[in-house]
Amino acid sequence: MNNTWIILGATSSMARAFARAVSDRGDGVLLCGRDMADLKASAVDCAARGAPIAEALAFDARDPKSFQPIIDRALREDGQLHVSVFVGSMPPQDAVDADPSLIAGVVTDSYTGPATFLQRIAPELEARGGATVVGVGSVAGDRGRIGNYVYGSAKAGFHTYLSGLRNRLTRAGGHVVTVKPGFSDTAMTWGLEGMFLVASPEKIAEDILRAVDKKKDVLYTPFFWRYIMGIIKAIPERVFKKLSV
Amino acid sequence: MTWKTMTYTGWGRVHDATGRVARPERMSHLQALEPLPAIGNCRSYGDACLNDGGDAVLMTRLDRILDLDLDAGEVEVEAGLPVGDLAKLLAPKGWLPAVMPGTGFATIGGCIANDVHGKNHHGVGSFGQHVLSIKLIQDGKPKTVTPKQVSLFKATVGGLGQTGIIASARLKLLPCEGDVITVTERRIDDLDSFFEALDGSRSTYTVGWIDATAKGASLGRGILEEAETAYGLVPKKPKSRKVPFDATGFALSSPVVRAFNAAYFRRIPESGQTRVKPISDFFFPLDKVHDWNRLYGKRGFHQFQCVVPVAGKDVLREMLEEISRAGLASPLAVLKRMGDGRGGYLSFPMEGYTLAVDFPNRGRAEALIGELEEMTAKAGGRIYFAKDATARAETVRAMYPDLKKFAEVANKIDPNHEFATDLVRRLRLREVS
Repeated sequence: MNNTWIILGATSSMARAFARAVSDRGDGVLLCGRDMADLKASAVDCAARGAPIAEALAFDARDPKSFQPIIDRALREDGQLHVSVFVGSMPPQDAVDADPSLIAGVVTDSYTGPATFLQRIAPELEARGGATVVGVGSVAGDRGRIGNYVYGSAKAGFHTYLSGLRNRLTRAGGHVVTVKPGFSDTAMTWGLEGMFLVASPEKIAEDILRAVDKKKDVLYTPFFWRYIMGIIKAIPERVFKKLSV
Repeated sequence: MTWKTMTYTGWGRVHDATGRVARPERMSHLQALEPLPAIGNCRSYGDACLNDGGDAVLMTRLDRILDLDLDAGEVEVEAGLPVGDLAKLLAPKGWLPAVMPGTGFATIGGCIANDVHGKNHHGVGSFGQHVLSIKLIQDGKPKTVTPKQVSLFKATVGGLGQTGIIASARLKLLPCEGDVITVTERRIDDLDSFFEALDGSRSTYTVGWIDATAKGASLGRGILEEAETAYGLVPKKPKSRKVPFDATGFALSSPVVRAFNAAYFRRIPESGQTRVKPISDFFFPLDKVHDWNRLYGKRGFHQFQCVVPVAGKDVLREMLEEISRAGLASPLAVLKRMGDGRGGYLSFPMEGYTLAVDFPNRGRAEALIGELEEMTAKAGGRIYFAKDATARAETVRAMYPDLKKFAEVANKIDPNHEFATDLVRRLRLREVS
């Protein structure tokens, strides 16, 4: 059966690596995002690598009107539909402190926008049976920290949403993978101080695909972040509130 | 655009540079940058890929196929795509990049800027001769260059990035049978036999490994490899390995290298052998060991590479004598026959023989390379900028007669030398007189 992936936020390097990885397998890709010129270049690249369908579609997490045309386009493909979400935005915490109205955008990009999209397409995924949803969250969503708790809280909301969606889609033979990347070598982190054990987008994409195949529920990538976050989550709040980790 | 201040090196790790580096992931972000030198996977050995104290743009995230025409055998790619990735993708479809250097990690931009050659140079010429068009970014504006714009094209191919940032390129491909290659290896007992074997080879791909530690009657002995692409199935190769730390000096000390080379020579039966391999094993034999440059330790290494005209080939004997006497050579030494194909004013190739030898950066290595450079100049040959870390500007001027034409074109486009790199400054390649 042929597979088609809707990839939201497809201009990010992680999404690009993921799109290539599924193209290599012969799956189709619908690359969704705002920079159409860039998405079109990626679409040609995916087609050259083996994707039978590779198209660029306009998607803006802050513009729900952009959602339905993507869903309509995807439904024209028979076979299995899958969705992967790579959207999110992380303005520096001090920018948010200076202008709290930025919070709305962060929450829309990282949580409510993609959740609205998934909520709309969910009945279609249920109808088609074995759909997979990949939602990229963040280790930042595991605990609120002084450095980026606005972004973290949006991702935490998204994690909880994905957990509920998993509960729902499982009944219809579908599956949801929550991905929590640690530090990754992307445009968002290029030049940031204090990065360590940084993983390449290709490595993360490979991990995600393996998690999809094995039907893992929650993926930390690289794997050791599960242990790092295990420790961070285990610190009692009365201690944690005084730390800056 | 965000910047990362970092220290980076050429492949030989002898020189380094510290400066701000941008790494755009979209063409629009690349175009938004002020003029600055572009770098890729930094597989140039010396300082061709360094801009110490200045800014640079790292092209590795711009690595997509922009158009693939399997009927015409043409591909357009972003400049940060490694040539080995392109080969891997194309070979099962019956095409290969027309020219591939010894490492698949070299980016397409780097292949153009150094006008690299491969094991089929005698047949098809250099990389730049298969470039149909190049998109350059000069002052934030894209400009497409084709071979019809003769002077700009010739200053760009082999031009070390001095005419603008190479953003993408359209390449003419060569047909191939499939993604495996039939390799015939035979022992060659001495240098004269080597010249004869190289001259007599009718294969598409030909290269000679040479034991640079051999002396006397064995001087110039080695192994001739001849290959043709083929269609078939070979077992999957094991995962690549990594050199996890800098090796100590002992790893490549003279007795170890001599013993290794002797064993490597005898690995091939006296009667020779033919084997079928995945193409990457033949074209990029060292890429399986990631970061192999660390085997040379913290101080790094040099590669000397020259080409000398056919009439001057006897100088290679003198060079090999010098090298074996110095006891500094590593196992990596290559002898090849070159044709006259070259794409640009500063392209390396000329009809003749090319010799490449690696030396750990210790003791007399730099002095020895200096002597070898002088010998090259006297024989009417030239050295290769992609490998060079030590040459003097005066020596190089005589080797590259079109240097003046090159500098005139580059200076007109970039009067403030914003694209200049450490190598360009060291060898004064932008000076007209």
